Amino acid sequence: MTQSLFFRFLARVMMPVLILFSLFLLLRGHNEPGGGFVGGLVGAGSIVLMTLAYGAEEVRQRLRIDFLRTMYYGLAVAILAGVIGLVIGVAFQDAYWWTTFIQGIGSIEVSTPLLFDIGVYMVVLCVTSSIVMNMAEEGEREDH
Amino acid sequence: MLLIFALTAGVMFACGVYLMLRRSMVRLIIGLSLLTYAVNLLIFAEGDLQRRAAPIIDAVPEDQMADPLPQALILTAIVISFGMLAFSLALAYRASQAAMTDNVDALQRTDRDI
Amino acid sequence: MQPYIVLPLIIPLLMVLTALARFRVFRRRLAQIGAFANLLACVALLIVTETGQIQVSQMGGHPAPYGITLVVDPLSAIMLTIAAVIVFAVVIYSRAAIDINRERFTYYPLLGCLLLGINLAFLTGDLFTLYIAFEIMLMASFVLLTLGGERGQLEGGLKYVVLNVVGSTLFLIAIGLTYSVAGTLNLADLAQRLADAPSIGITTVLAGLFLIAFGIKAAIFPLFFWLPASYHTPPIAITALFGGLLTKVGIYSMWRVLVLVFPNELVVLQPLLLTLAMLTMITGVLGAVAQMDLRRLLSFHIVSQIGYLLMGTALLTEAGLAGAVFFMIHVILAKTALFFISGIAYEAQGSYDLKKLGGMRVMHPGVALLFVLAAFSLAGLPPLSGFWAKLLLIRAALEAGQYLVVAVALGVSLLTMYSMVKIWNEAFWAPPAPGRVAAMLSREDRRSLMFPTTLLVVLIVVVGLLAEPVIRLSSQAAVGLMQPAAYIDTVLVDSEVEE
Repeated sequence: MTQSLFFRFLARVMMPVLILFSLFLLLRGHNEPGGGFVGGLVGAGSIVLMTLAYGAEEVRQRLRIDFLRTMYYGLAVAILAGVIGLVIGVAFQDAYWWTTFIQGIGSIEVSTPLLFDIGVYMVVLCVTSSIVMNMAEEGEREDH
Repeated sequence: MLLIFALTAGVMFACGVYLMLRRSMVRLIIGLSLLTYAVNLLIFAEGDLQRRAAPIIDAVPEDQMADPLPQALILTAIVISFGMLAFSLALAYRASQAAMTDNVDALQRTDRDI
Repeated sequence: MQPYIVLPLIIPLLMVLTALARFRVFRRRLAQIGAFANLLACVALLIVTETGQIQVSQMGGHPAPYGITLVVDPLSAIMLTIAAVIVFAVVIYSRAAIDINRERFTYYPLLGCLLLGINLAFLTGDLFTLYIAFEIMLMASFVLLTLGGERGQLEGGLKYVVLNVVGSTLFLIAIGLTYSVAGTLNLADLAQRLADAPSIGITTVLAGLFLIAFGIKAAIFPLFFWLPASYHTPPIAITALFGGLLTKVGIYSMWRVLVLVFPNELVVLQPLLLTLAMLTMITGVLGAVAQMDLRRLLSFHIVSQIGYLLMGTALLTEAGLAGAVFFMIHVILAKTALFFISGIAYEAQGSYDLKKLGGMRVMHPGVALLFVLAAFSLAGLPPLSGFWAKLLLIRAALEAGQYLVVAVALGVSLLTMYSMVKIWNEAFWAPPAPGRVAAMLSREDRRSLMFPTTLLVVLIVVVGLLAEPVIRLSSQAAVGLMQPAAYIDTVLVDSEVEE
């Protein structure tokens, strides 16, 4: 935790930008550098930044996300993506693509790899944040 | 270029092993992570050290493709070593709290009868 | 292509997800169902492969050697089944042997994670995935080992973590170098490319690196020190699981990688392997003889038994490998059963110290009978499973003309018998220690302790009495390893047809 006003302000401004950037990385990950893993790390970076600025306790209160549970949900999503390939296709993790058209946006490709990436994104984001926040909390406890 | 990579990896291995042989728990863990980074460098050097295009079939001619496997291997190893580092740091922290010291030599309880 | 062989991976993954269940009891029930389902799936795979058919599946439908290949041959099927039996027994046993705090923390999901790593190691057909499987297994075992955070666990855990991370690092170096030498990591492809090539310096170095990397995991001499330093620290259910399975995955990988891919290099390394096998047997059993704590005694025996497995491998004959596979089945069952029994002794008398135990024969005659069967099997008395295992190994060694190894193996057997008799004398035959009152176990607790132990001991007896089909299965697995043509063809050709 820091008392620096500048850093706190910066963290607050950067947080939404980083989250947006991480989502951007997640979605463009198929033909360009990016993907669920990098996206998750950048997203976790934003939470780490907030933790550095405001302390783990306050971040937990404000975000109200149970990181561990969300991690398991992410894992479930990733497994589901694999099982879809197994059920309708020839092998576990087989890739399937559907193109849907949404008014105003254009055609969107939804696929099992994307679903898998979303799962990975959730797992990485939650694991990294919870590691850092647990360590930060331990440090805060020692300070008191 | 290859020589630089080889030398760097070698020096990192040496540093890692040296740190692991110290008595301090923190140095032990820094040594461990240096060792894993040195391996990453080694594998990276085994993939061709030239600028190549992303290996996507039909988009890039085959002779200009980079070999994706060393990179995938390194990426996996980085992720694993990240988890390992986080876990071993937490473990060393708790162990040093329980043993009241950073000295690895003090951890002899499991060798004697409890 | 047989996509259903991915089941032993999906079921453990679902077991991991049971962490989402809100109630502890519910989580436990789900874990029991999961372990049973996994057992059924693995037995089904064993029955399918028993006819000699090798099952292959390419993850994501990418053809070998480019994709991730899963292969089930007789050896993998045997290992999968035996691991499933052990995990099922441990899950049942944990109901009484794991305290509420650990259960509340994600104990069962971690078991699922460990099972995922073990199954993946047995299923995979390439080195990259084998590395990942090892890491999954290690991570889960790190957490299981230190779960609870007692001081002994933390200290033992640190030693375990450091040595195993060094082992993984060596493994990764070996994989990287293999790729730069052979240009592939698919085991079938590697075997094809390296088998005909003459043994050059670098491939021998690679085989040595793999030997060290797997040697650390399997706890062979002189790389075993982490095992007796850490295995006795967690609760007995976890010790039983680790002692039964984890080191054996190292031996399995040795078979899969060294015997399949580096047969020519193994001939160069044979004297080293035989020496290591003898030293592993001797140091393990000598360590065990000196111990007075049940868990530490049995932990040292793990090392000693690894020596036998290494011996069967080092003979480099089909008979030797068949003996080693049979020994593997036997030792996993016997070792886990013995750890279970020491856990029952602890629950009943509150100690693992042989001096403080006593009178088990009078107070728990059923447990005494189970102990006698498991211990005699470990020592190698007919007609139990250990007798056939050792008979096969020693006959193979005699055929190969390695008389020194035979002498060592027999001597170590005698010392094993001695330390088993010591446990019997102190814990079962001796009168109860003065002032010690037997703790009353609730009926449910007793049932959850006795059922898996009895299950394993019955299996030991059955394997001993009906040794013939098991020997046939082991030889089939050994032939599959020594003559890899069928394995290579199924993995590589099948995927070409698929395209």
